Amino acid sequence: MGKAVTRDVHWETRLWLAQRVSAAVLALCVIVHLITIIYATRGGLSGAEILARTRGNTAWLAFYVVFVLAVAVHVPIGLRAIATEWLRWSGASRDVLLAAFGVGLVVMGFRAAWAVFA
Amino acid sequence: MLQVSVWRGTEQGRYVEYEVPRQTSQTVLDVVTYIQRKLDSTLAYRYACRVGMCGSCAMTVNGVPRWTCRTHVSAVEHEGSTLQIAPLSNLPVVRDLATDMREFFDKWARAKGQYKSARTRRDDFAAVRPAAKETQARQAGIECIGCGVCYAACDVVGWRSDYLGPAALNRAWTLINDVRDDARAERLRAVAGDAGCHSCHTHVSCTEHCPKHISPTASIAGLKRATGAAVLWGKL
Repeated sequence: MGKAVTRDVHWETRLWLAQRVSAAVLALCVIVHLITIIYATRGGLSGAEILARTRGNTAWLAFYVVFVLAVAVHVPIGLRAIATEWLRWSGASRDVLLAAFGVGLVVMGFRAAWAVFA
Repeated sequence: MLQVSVWRGTEQGRYVEYEVPRQTSQTVLDVVTYIQRKLDSTLAYRYACRVGMCGSCAMTVNGVPRWTCRTHVSAVEHEGSTLQIAPLSNLPVVRDLATDMREFFDKWARAKGQYKSARTRRDDFAAVRPAAKETQARQAGIECIGCGVCYAACDVVGWRSDYLGPAALNRAWTLINDVRDDARAERLRAVAGDAGCHSCHTHVSCTEHCPKHISPTASIAGLKRATGAAVLWGKL
């Protein structure tokens, strides 16, 4: 088999692994996130209350950094399958755009996580 | 009398109504054969063994892919006032109920579905332990008759025509679990590329409709695990 095929085979398999691992991380993160929402809104929801919990708290910052990274890995891979199957769009242009989209998710996610920390 | 609605034409065509005498223990294939022999000899369809071994007679019956020789009319007649019979989905229609299966079987070859071994007749018998995990996995998928029902039921094949499909991947999985076979690495590479096993979304339609009660879904999951492990250990 040629090098291009080998690259393709490795790439597809690694993307699948990345999606599975990120899904496992997301499953945990979403559970923690939901439990926190339910717990935090028992006495009514206010911005001040949220900031009191997250501001200066490195544990929450670390949690949301992990959450954002898992989302940034997971979402573009899922969109890649949708682009292929529904839009019949494959090749480098699709992958470059989705990689950029993943970077965008990281930037926006980190910005949000930092905003409630700093 | 049974009201039967049969697809006539190629990709372009229409349903034509027929009346067929109802009989006991009548199969859907009996119905199609009656139409072809007594009502309209131009009806094209395909069958061979009539006993669920050859995989030739699969059709879409009341919207569901089924083997017609082992599907009794009594099992499907409650589904509507007429019995609707069409060719299998996801395959080009040659004419009426006969589909072109070439792409389906070409994909078996593309998934390295051929047994490959350097053993000769001078070698001793291979020791195949019945209780071994590989033997069990192989046995679970080996009874495939190549009828194309899973392929017609698969959403992913419908979305991307290059996807290898459940039957070809199931075949590859049975060979990967064959201790006599030598082409494991080559085969893992054949199924791991774009449009290979990772394209499966685990919708389980193939498993739901397989007349032999095989689970191609489980086989494909096995291929995903095997290719994943192979790429991690640098063996892909």
